[in-house]
Amino acid sequence: MAERYHSVRLTDEKCQGCVNCTRRCPTEAIRIRGGKAQITSSRCIDCGECIRYCPGHAKTAVTDELADLKKYKYNIALPAPSLYGQFSVDIPVRAILSGLLKLGFNEVFEVAHGAEIVSLAIRDHLKRKDIPRPAISSACPAIVRLIQVKYPELIDHLAPFDAPVEVAARLARAEAEELPGLTPENIGVWFITPCPAKMTAVYQPLGAEKSNITGAIAISKIYPALLKVVTAELQDARRQASWVGVGWAVSGGETNSVGADNVLIVHDVHHVANVLEQVALGKLKDVDYIEMLACAGGCIGGPLTVENRYVAEHRMKQRISRKKMEDPKFGRLPRTDYSEFELGVAGRRAIEPKPILRLDADITKAMNKIEFMDRTLKSLPGLDCGSCGSPNCKALAEDIAQGLASMTDCVFILRKKVRDLAYEMVDLADKLPPPLDKNQEYEEKEKC
Amino acid sequence: MTPEQGLTLEFALTGADFNSAGEASSKIKRTLQLLGIRPDIIRRIAISAYEAEMNVIIHAYRGSIRADIHPNRTEVTVADEGPGIPDIELAMKEGYSTAPDYVREMGFGAGMGLPNMARCTDKFDIKTEAGVGTQLSMTIYH
Repeated sequence: MAERYHSVRLTDEKCQGCVNCTRRCPTEAIRIRGGKAQITSSRCIDCGECIRYCPGHAKTAVTDELADLKKYKYNIALPAPSLYGQFSVDIPVRAILSGLLKLGFNEVFEVAHGAEIVSLAIRDHLKRKDIPRPAISSACPAIVRLIQVKYPELIDHLAPFDAPVEVAARLARAEAEELPGLTPENIGVWFITPCPAKMTAVYQPLGAEKSNITGAIAISKIYPALLKVVTAELQDARRQASWVGVGWAVSGGETNSVGADNVLIVHDVHHVANVLEQVALGKLKDVDYIEMLACAGGCIGGPLTVENRYVAEHRMKQRISRKKMEDPKFGRLPRTDYSEFELGVAGRRAIEPKPILRLDADITKAMNKIEFMDRTLKSLPGLDCGSCGSPNCKALAEDIAQGLASMTDCVFILRKKVRDLAYEMVDLADKLPPPLDKNQEYEEKEKC
Repeated sequence: MTPEQGLTLEFALTGADFNSAGEASSKIKRTLQLLGIRPDIIRRIAISAYEAEMNVIIHAYRGSIRADIHPNRTEVTVADEGPGIPDIELAMKEGYSTAPDYVREMGFGAGMGLPNMARCTDKFDIKTEAGVGTQLSMTIYH
């Protein structure tokens, strides 16, 4: 497996070479070269902004298919809570879970169960006096990667826990391994995902050696089949998570579940970057916790969902308030305790920094490049039009300094050069070699 | 450029201009990132530059901030024309602040600026004259 696996890919035939994605990318990872977008692997955080904004739908996320279930004897579905927002509230969560069973899964284990455990762990983490404040949520893999590449100095602010899906996967797998006749190799654990970042986390886990998840299937991919089999009548799934875990689908849900008050809730990767900038400057030390989600609205706004995020948010809120009411009657009370095994403390390893901004390994060369970049930037028009294929004039200056682009990639510089050349040609066209120009010379002299 | 000269970044600052507050320190930070300086060192430089920049904007009429970046160290020099600091010892105490109310309402002026800068830097020097202005010199080794 490559050092950096990415779920976000480009379909070359569909890319028109427009510059929309280059300008939306929060890490400036995309350039247009040869009429097609190119993603720089080390910069990509799989947030999916490019998928959202590509008018030609050339950006896609590689996810697994329902057909891949055949490779395993026993398959478990791990639905993200955001899946429930794709269905009308008249369809209870239990019915959606039952629908997944009908599609060929042998068991369903809600990611919300994992979210409940992580919520309790964060609550305990925030009670500690010795942690750097503000603590930052590590649930959104795109944000964890954003911190790795652009804010490595903030890594120790991240809550040191696996994302709910990883916790859920470990528990679901352990449960299945107890069943007679099943070995780890013939258990498939499938995450039903709203976003490409989580898909990437399966193949390149954050904070763990190997993920317990076998693969991920996009909500948008499974939705058509699921819609056909889900009915309010069919409800044979055997358990359900409480509102505490289900609430995580919406921005603000996580902190609500944790029960912390002195918090900041930030969603949309560009806003997140601004707030991380503030944290890096040593501000916000009086805040206990920051919930950060790359998608506007939270996971329900994921690029691999089907429903409009406001509609989904409304539904999720209704589901949550219903679950709160139903709790005592149906035994769906939030859990109050967790074990270190459930949280997966043992398999955790440190999140490593992966800074991307350095221009050169040799600091003197890097300084020369900065001086060159500054000079270059001054001669560029500063319109940030993006026509050169770099996201803005500053990025082009950097690309030129790195030898990856040239001045004439700028259409305004090119136009000026063509104009100067044209003037020079006109000027030259008026000139005649002296042997052919006797009259001219003579007349000039007469005049004098 | 030779390694001895280093890179110099200089910015003019205007008192009470909260619109562009923090821009100079952001640019200094960005340059250090491009140079590949260690993240924890960058953080210390960025915090001290930011606090110094904010002090000029909150308290002074005008001033300037300059960063001289060398391969082994960064020197940040901030000079302003302003009221000066009447009692430096008091100003170095955490929580002591002379910032006016409207500034505190914006979330600044908590009295942590100078102590923060002193903590983040390897060398910290301050010269001030009442009614004239203040000069700060800070060095952080990479």
